[in-house]
Amino acid sequence: MANIDETAILKRIFSYFLLIFLAVVILAPFFIGIWTSFLPTADILKGNFFSTNVSLNNYFDAFTQTPILRYLGNTVVISIITMFAHLIFCSMSAYAFVFLDFKYKKVFFALFMVTMMLPSEAAIIPNFQTVKALGLLDHYSAMIVPSLTSAFGTFMLRQSFMQTPMELKEAADIEGLNHFQIYWNVVLPYNRISLITLGAYSFLGAWNQYLWPILVTFSNNSRVIQNGLKQLQSEETFNNWGMIQASAAIIVIPTIIVLFIGQHYFKSGMNEGAVK
Amino acid sequence: MSTVLTNVCKQYDQGKTVLGKVSAEIKTGEFFVIVGPSGCGKSTLLRMIAGLTDITDGEISIDNRVVNNLSPKDRNLTMVFQSYALFPFLSVWDNVAFGLKARKHSQVEVEERVNNALKMVNLEDLKDRKPRELSGGQRQRVALARAVASDAKICLMDEPLSNLDAQLRIKMRQEIYALQRKLGITLIYVTHDQVEAMTMADHIMVLHNTEVQQIGTPAEIYKTPANEFVASFFGVPPINILPATKLSSKSLKVNGDFEVKVDQVITENELKVGIRPNELRVAKADELTANATVKNIEFLGDEKILYATFNNGNEVSAIISSETHFDLFDTIKITSTNNVLLFSQDGINITKGVGDVVNA
Repeated sequence: MANIDETAILKRIFSYFLLIFLAVVILAPFFIGIWTSFLPTADILKGNFFSTNVSLNNYFDAFTQTPILRYLGNTVVISIITMFAHLIFCSMSAYAFVFLDFKYKKVFFALFMVTMMLPSEAAIIPNFQTVKALGLLDHYSAMIVPSLTSAFGTFMLRQSFMQTPMELKEAADIEGLNHFQIYWNVVLPYNRISLITLGAYSFLGAWNQYLWPILVTFSNNSRVIQNGLKQLQSEETFNNWGMIQASAAIIVIPTIIVLFIGQHYFKSGMNEGAVK
Repeated sequence: MSTVLTNVCKQYDQGKTVLGKVSAEIKTGEFFVIVGPSGCGKSTLLRMIAGLTDITDGEISIDNRVVNNLSPKDRNLTMVFQSYALFPFLSVWDNVAFGLKARKHSQVEVEERVNNALKMVNLEDLKDRKPRELSGGQRQRVALARAVASDAKICLMDEPLSNLDAQLRIKMRQEIYALQRKLGITLIYVTHDQVEAMTMADHIMVLHNTEVQQIGTPAEIYKTPANEFVASFFGVPPINILPATKLSSKSLKVNGDFEVKVDQVITENELKVGIRPNELRVAKADELTANATVKNIEFLGDEKILYATFNNGNEVSAIISSETHFDLFDTIKITSTNNVLLFSQDGINITKGVGDVVNA
């Protein structure tokens, strides 16, 4: 018995050691980044990471001396519009694929899936041509219109909608609800966890866009935060690393907030009691 | 003013027949039970009445109006699902109000109806809870309240009690029956449980092998079953079906063993006899005169069920008084009263007087 206990304890020590090690490896750069955002650039350049000159000056500078607020505003608008567009269009198409019967349903769905397999980078040149022809360059819509819907979102919601008990739809049918009422009053509330997941995913996806915005934006009026950060780094002849770190932290914080809000809803058992 | 099914058929694309030529008349205000073993198509039939499943052939009419092509909502009925189909994101009150709001009743009327319905099923105190915070029986009541609140005159129930435990089932059975009488609605009820069918129904439809076996009152079905299947489906333990040969014009030798006298002229030489377990007489016997061996005995309190095997291998069950004592592997002599049912070789009831009541 004693032997078994010892090996169990050793095993446990080992796994905790491994977990702590991995946590440090993963989290260290993040915390170093946050920490240095509070330090003056002079100290960072000297490598004096344990400096005690901690202040919020970098944040103050970032907000006052750079257009970061404008970038943030641009990104927030684009991300939120993209998120809601995904929620609306993906859920509608997913509803059609699950609850409606129409000709060539499977073919259409296969077409959807095919677009998912195509990497977005491959579509960048034709997309650019289209956007340019439409005269949308350097405008919010250049970043919003091409990503109004997503095959992944449709696919994800379709899988989720298929889990909706058929009886709920039938009960609604008997009460005489039309498709839009069933969609709005039954299917969407039942699948709200998937919708929140997709919302968070779409928001973060839009927030972290880099390649596409860098192609279609030229001015601060439409530049998004990720490009803005890069811009800061190259514009400043004397690289103000403290300020850049502060800006990076500002960018990360909203994504963390989104994840925290989202996490609150990932409770199991929300749909318990519907059937059986 | 009734629901009439005329030669209703259902076939799936592969040509598999689920229901063939089902005809019945369900009178307004009656408790109509559709019963049959799993897979006999009883739920399909109910869903066809509801309009959730298409009809391949035949005609369904409600109150002299053919509803074959009407959508479920235009048939003006409610349905209680086996799984209850409650909306998990709505409170009990909103679940009950759901259909009324969808049908655009006025706010005042919705409130009145919902509150009355909740009162009727004793759920007033739980009206703000979510379905997940309710027990199985309470969820069942919410589903019932939904049917009660509706102004539809026809209510369909698809095995509503099958997810409840035995005691609750008996209680809910009585409540459903009481509700149906009180509201005066037409209730079409699907179940595989013959006890539910017997205890609640005004009329029972027995479905088996895609066809209606018999439609009748519980007493008719029990006393004069149309065929061997109906006879063995009703009654616990099931009726004993034994082979018999003609002895004389009015007596039979059952199982090559004991004699039974009947009150009719027997025309066939080979036939089957159905004997309810309570019509069998069991006595201890020595090995020479015995015709069976005790296999198992179940004690039920006021009576015992005795399972035995005849010497020729046929199984039989008998209800005996709980005072009588038998041990396993006791040799016994089994005989029967003359109150038996006669079936032809292919299972049709040929007992005298049966033809008049069978309308299937």
